[in-house]
Amino acid sequence: MTAATPSPCLPNASLPDCLPVLFGRSVMTVESLPSPRASSGSPLLSLRGISKSFGAVAALTDVDLDVSAGQVVALVGDNGAGKSTLVKVLSGVHQPDAGTVGFDTGAVSVTSPAVAQRLGIATVFQDLALCENLNVVENLFLGRELRGLRLDEVAMEVRSRALLGELSAKIPSVRVPVAALSGGQRQTVAIARTLLGDPKVIILDEPTAALGVAQTAEVLNLIERLRERGLGVIMVSHNMADVRAVADTVAVLRLGRNNGLFDAAEATASDLVAAITGATDNVVSRRAGRDRTMGDGADPAVGDRAVGDPAPGNGPAAAHKGEAS
Amino acid sequence: MTQPATVTSPELSPGPPQKPTTWSDRARDRRRAVAARLRGGDLGLLPVLAGLVVIWVVMQILNPIFMSSANLTNLALESVPVGIIALGVVCVLLVGQIDLSVGSISGLSAAVLAVLFVDRGLPAWLAVTASLVLASLIGWFYAQVHNRIGVPSFVITLGGLLGFLGVQLWILGPKGSINLPYDSGLVAFAQLQFLPPWLAYTLVVVGAAVLYGTGAARAAERRRAGLAAASRRLLVGRSLALLAGLGAAVWYLNRDRGVGWMFVFFLALVLVLHYVLSRTSFGKSMYAVGGNMEAARRAGVNVKAVLTMAFVLCTTLACVGGILSASRLAAANQSSGGGDVNLNAIAAAVIGGTSLFGGRGSAFAALLGVLVIQSISSGLTLLNLDSAYRFMVTGGVLLLAVSLDAVARRSRVSHGRA
Ligand SMILES: Nc1ncnc2c1ncn2[C@@H]1O[C@H](COP(=O)(O)OP(=O)(O)OP(=O)(O)O)[C@@H](O)[C@H]1O
Ligand SMILES: [Mg+2]
Repeated sequence: MTAATPSPCLPNASLPDCLPVLFGRSVMTVESLPSPRASSGSPLLSLRGISKSFGAVAALTDVDLDVSAGQVVALVGDNGAGKSTLVKVLSGVHQPDAGTVGFDTGAVSVTSPAVAQRLGIATVFQDLALCENLNVVENLFLGRELRGLRLDEVAMEVRSRALLGELSAKIPSVRVPVAALSGGQRQTVAIARTLLGDPKVIILDEPTAALGVAQTAEVLNLIERLRERGLGVIMVSHNMADVRAVADTVAVLRLGRNNGLFDAAEATASDLVAAITGATDNVVSRRAGRDRTMGDGADPAVGDRAVGDPAPGNGPAAAHKGEAS
Repeated sequence: MTQPATVTSPELSPGPPQKPTTWSDRARDRRRAVAARLRGGDLGLLPVLAGLVVIWVVMQILNPIFMSSANLTNLALESVPVGIIALGVVCVLLVGQIDLSVGSISGLSAAVLAVLFVDRGLPAWLAVTASLVLASLIGWFYAQVHNRIGVPSFVITLGGLLGFLGVQLWILGPKGSINLPYDSGLVAFAQLQFLPPWLAYTLVVVGAAVLYGTGAARAAERRRAGLAAASRRLLVGRSLALLAGLGAAVWYLNRDRGVGWMFVFFLALVLVLHYVLSRTSFGKSMYAVGGNMEAARRAGVNVKAVLTMAFVLCTTLACVGGILSASRLAAANQSSGGGDVNLNAIAAAVIGGTSLFGGRGSAFAALLGVLVIQSISSGLTLLNLDSAYRFMVTGGVLLLAVSLDAVARRSRVSHGRA
């Protein structure tokens, strides 16, 4: 990741951008759609007004989210905030009750996981979704086997080994059933799954939750590489260190609603925590205080800037990120 | 298999592409994987093979006629109809469903065939085709009810069990029984046609050669790609064992009437299904759907289509079994497909090692399972023990098989692998 890589969504997001959210309105309003962002490369994936309820439980209410090519968006929020539900809407597991999904150029309806796969949306689910009776190779290639009428077992096994090797997988053999693997080994298999095929967007729902130190580092490296290859990445995580290590922007969900969109390099841990837990009045004061004391990236014209205005994009924020990664 | 399996071996260690050590290392990894699988409760065909040997020894001790060429020739032919039905049951069990109506469907198919062929005078092939089409439509209908309305297959097919028995009785009409002419091809195929010895031996040799050829080709391809492969010794040994085993069986059966064409047909179906299950993406998706339906769906597998295919395969194979059963009897009547046909077919699949919990099993389960059931049946008949005892013994064996399945499953859970 270099400073030259554009960070099209919300470079330098700061207090005024977040104000509407903090007062209970969503940031990504429709007005912001034809903003200058369009010229700087429109988002690869854009969600507008997504709502989803399970009976009486409103898991998602009017949620917006954008991901551009070459951007890593971290999706954070408390337990039950609706992160996994949003991931499942994107990957075709659940159908949204309302709202639109835009992919590439047009609006799409992701009616099933197979459709998501065809579009190029690959997902690692929090509940991993592997078949325990099948072995590692069979799981990796499930649904996209090579040579369906006479399986090319050799090619699949070679590819699987290479892929798992890249991820530093500690797996005894690719021919053992997944049932015999540990939680972290399974997670690595699930991540490797997404890299097969030719995805444009990769969604990782708590990808590092069960991983060891080395494997976590590999996954974070992998996310960096995916960004460099121009893929859009959505990463759900509770680990703020991981989020700040790789994300470009951080989208906060709270009780199924957008609750702020931060530039990862700028936002402090307390900003995020406040947005996650909902201490909204605190975040305002804290941010204001921080901006005053630091006085670095807070440029005076910030209040007039449209959400996602790319103009000052490669300023301090991007430079800062370059160091971080 | 003496090595304990370790959880991590350096085979996939971190870092840039590393050449995974030596040949013997990889062979050892393979052996470890097998040993771990066995201890983890993945028993495969071992229990049923052991059971078959025990049953044969016991039956032979009880009555020396049991292992005679004549009895075994008969046993092989007797096994075919139920075995083919069991093959279909394996398909539905693999995807985690069940079909309790295979007996009724086989009876209905026999009745349809007899009515069209004998009463209406249609050519045999047309009557058979009509019967097959009807059966596959029934499977399709089951799948639609299951996929669209969400009724459990247990209930749907329980309804089918009764309903299609009713249809069978209805189309047979008041006289209730239709004889198939002895000079028809169907009856000849099921009763009278045996392979000439030279052809039987040729098939055995060809079979062993194909086993070696495909195995060697696979091993060569794997070796070229730097993967662990079966050694030449193993391949040669395996195909010599097949040659000797099948050769001896053919020689022994040829002392009587020989190997029936119908049995060869059954073996061919088993091999085809085995290929489909183990070497095609459709087969993999069947295991996936049975193992974890939601995971399969999320992997992009068309779960509804797979379920539909499984039900259609099951009812169609039940039809084939029913037609062959009627041909063997030279009649279709009200009790065709009744009695113990239904449960024998399901029991054969389960005894052969197909899990009632879905996702585990193979085509060979049907073959070995039905041999167990028919051996018990034949042995007890030779002892002049009537169906009362047959039912009790078969029931006991079934209970044993299901218990084994459940224990294996618990063992998998306790090894953290279910
Ligand atoms: N299939 C379902 N049926 C009913 N309610 C559901 C279902 N899935 C999620 N929910 C509800 O929707 C809300 C959001 O759940 P979700 O799994 O999206 O949370 P999350 O943000 O991923 O939480 P976590 O951090 O714990 O993973 C929760 O209140 C949950 O109870
Ligand atoms: Mg979640």
